[in-house]
Amino acid sequence: MQMSAQTHYQAELDAGRFCIQQCPQCSKHVFTPRELCPHCGASPLKWVRPSGLGVVYSTSTIARKPDAGGDYNVALIDLDEGVRMMSRVEDVPPDAVHIGQRVQARVAQRDGRGLVLFHPANADTKVNGSAA
Amino acid sequence: MSIPQSHLDAAKANRHLRGRIAIAGAATYGCGESPGMDDMTLLVRAAHAAVADAGLSMQDIDGLATCSVNSGMWTMPVIEHLGINPTYVDGTMVGGSSFIAHLLPAVRALDAGQCNAVLICYGSAQRSAAFGRKESTAARRFMDPQPYEHPFEPVLPVTAYALAAARHMHEFGTTREQLAEVAVAARGWAQQNPEAFMRDPLSIDDVLKSRRVASPLGVRDCCLVTDGAGAIVLTRADRARDLKQPPIHVLGSATACWNRQISCMPDLTTTAAAQSGPQAFAMAGLSAKDMDMAQLYDAFTINTILFLEDLGFCKKGEGGAFVQNGAIAPGGRLAVNTNGGGLSCVHPGMYGIFTLIEAVRQLRGQAGQRQLTRARTAVCHGNGGTLSSQATAILGTADTV
Repeated sequence: MQMSAQTHYQAELDAGRFCIQQCPQCSKHVFTPRELCPHCGASPLKWVRPSGLGVVYSTSTIARKPDAGGDYNVALIDLDEGVRMMSRVEDVPPDAVHIGQRVQARVAQRDGRGLVLFHPANADTKVNGSAA
Repeated sequence: MSIPQSHLDAAKANRHLRGRIAIAGAATYGCGESPGMDDMTLLVRAAHAAVADAGLSMQDIDGLATCSVNSGMWTMPVIEHLGINPTYVDGTMVGGSSFIAHLLPAVRALDAGQCNAVLICYGSAQRSAAFGRKESTAARRFMDPQPYEHPFEPVLPVTAYALAAARHMHEFGTTREQLAEVAVAARGWAQQNPEAFMRDPLSIDDVLKSRRVASPLGVRDCCLVTDGAGAIVLTRADRARDLKQPPIHVLGSATACWNRQISCMPDLTTTAAAQSGPQAFAMAGLSAKDMDMAQLYDAFTINTILFLEDLGFCKKGEGGAFVQNGAIAPGGRLAVNTNGGGLSCVHPGMYGIFTLIEAVRQLRGQAGQRQLTRARTAVCHGNGGTLSSQATAILGTADTV
C-alpha cells in the first residue's frame, strides 16, 4: 500500500518510534514530513531516527480552567538535527519551561495515537524515545 | 531572512503601475455587533455603500475580489447577491491579508483594460451569527488540517502569536509593558472614532493585569471578536478624477507568504513583511520615512511591533522601544492604526480591508476628530494565518503621484 508521509510518520509514532526525514541529496533533515526536500527539491526523502535531543526555541503557557486539566505548555523545539517542531514540555510546571532549555523527546500514547512529547534533558537520558 | 535582489527587481518592474489606479470608493457596515445579520448581508451592504461613495452604480462593477473563512467558493454567491457580471474575478484566500493581496492583481487587470471598476469586499458576522467563530474554528480543523500542531492543542491563533512574542522578548528584551503600549495607543485612537467598538479608558496596568490567555499575552493583547464589513472600489486614475471623491492612488503593493503553520516559520521575530514591505516600497519609490501614517494589522500587540520593524520604521529588535511613551498614540511621533485597529475598533475575523478604508478616510481628510494634520501617504499592512502571509500597500493622495 502506498503511504503518505503523514500516514507513515503517524504509523511509526503509533508503534512507539519517532522518525523524521532526511534528504538523500543535500543530507539536510526535514520536518514536517513531506514529499520533496524543501531545500533542494529532491525526492524521495528517507526516514531516520533523530537523537530526540533539542532546545526550546519558544514557549507559552496556555490558560485552561483547573477542572479541565489546568494550564499547559505549548513549545517550539529545535531538534539537534536542525528542524523545528511544535510539542509540549511536560514533567515540569508549564511556567518553568524556558527558551534555551535542553529537552529530550519521548513517544507517548494519547487516545490510542503516538505523540512526541518532551521533558527536560538530564545526563542519564537515553536517545530516541527509549525512556530512561 | 534576507530578500533576494530578484524580488526587489521584480517589484521595480511594477513601477509603471505606480499611481495609475485609484481607490474611488470606500465604506464599512455593521462594525461591532450586528445581531440578526449574516456574512453576506453585511458584505452586500458595505459593497453597496462603497459603490455609492464612489458615485457609481452596482452595474458599473465589472471586477470582483473577495474571500471568506467559511466558504472556498465565496466569489460565486457574492456575484449572485450583487447581481454583477464581472470580467475579472479574484478569490485568493491568504487569510486576513487577502484584501490587500487583492490590490496588485486588480491594478494589473484595470491597467490592462480587462475591467473598469473592481470591488474588493468582505463581511463577517462572526460575533453574532449562529455559525460563529467557535463553529468556524471547529470546522477548519477538518477543512484546513494542521496535523503537526493540532495534537498539542495550541489555541490558535493566539498561541502562535504568544510564541512569537516570547521569542521577541527573549532575543531583544522586549517587555510586556512595551506590548501593552500598543494596546493603549490603539485605545487612544479608538476613543476618537465613533465607529470603534471599545472606547472605555485603558491603561498599561489594565493590559498587564488582564486575564492571561497564552503567556506572555493577556486578553487585552488580543484583537476584538466583532461583526463587520468593508469594501473599496478601484478604477483607473483618469476616471477616478471625475468621480465623487478625491482619488486615493495605489503607489505600491506586494504580497509574501513563507509558511502556514507557526512551527514552520523560519524565524519567529522576522515576518514575511520584511519581503512584502521592501517590495511595495520599491514599487512606490518611497520608504517608511516618507509615510504620514501606518495602518498595521494588529491582531495581537506583538504584530504592530513586528511590522514596524519589518516595514523599516525601526531596526529589528527596536520595535518595543519605538512604541514606548505613547509614540504611536494620538500626538505621538508616528500615527499608527488611527481607527483604533483590530485591538479596539473592529476585527471580524479578517481585518485587512479596514487598514485600507481607514487610510482612505485619512488621506481624503474625512477622519473627523482623529484627522491627521498631514495625511498625504499611508502604508497599509495585512497579516494572514498565524504570521503566515503578509501584504503591503502604499497609498497616496493625487499630489504624490
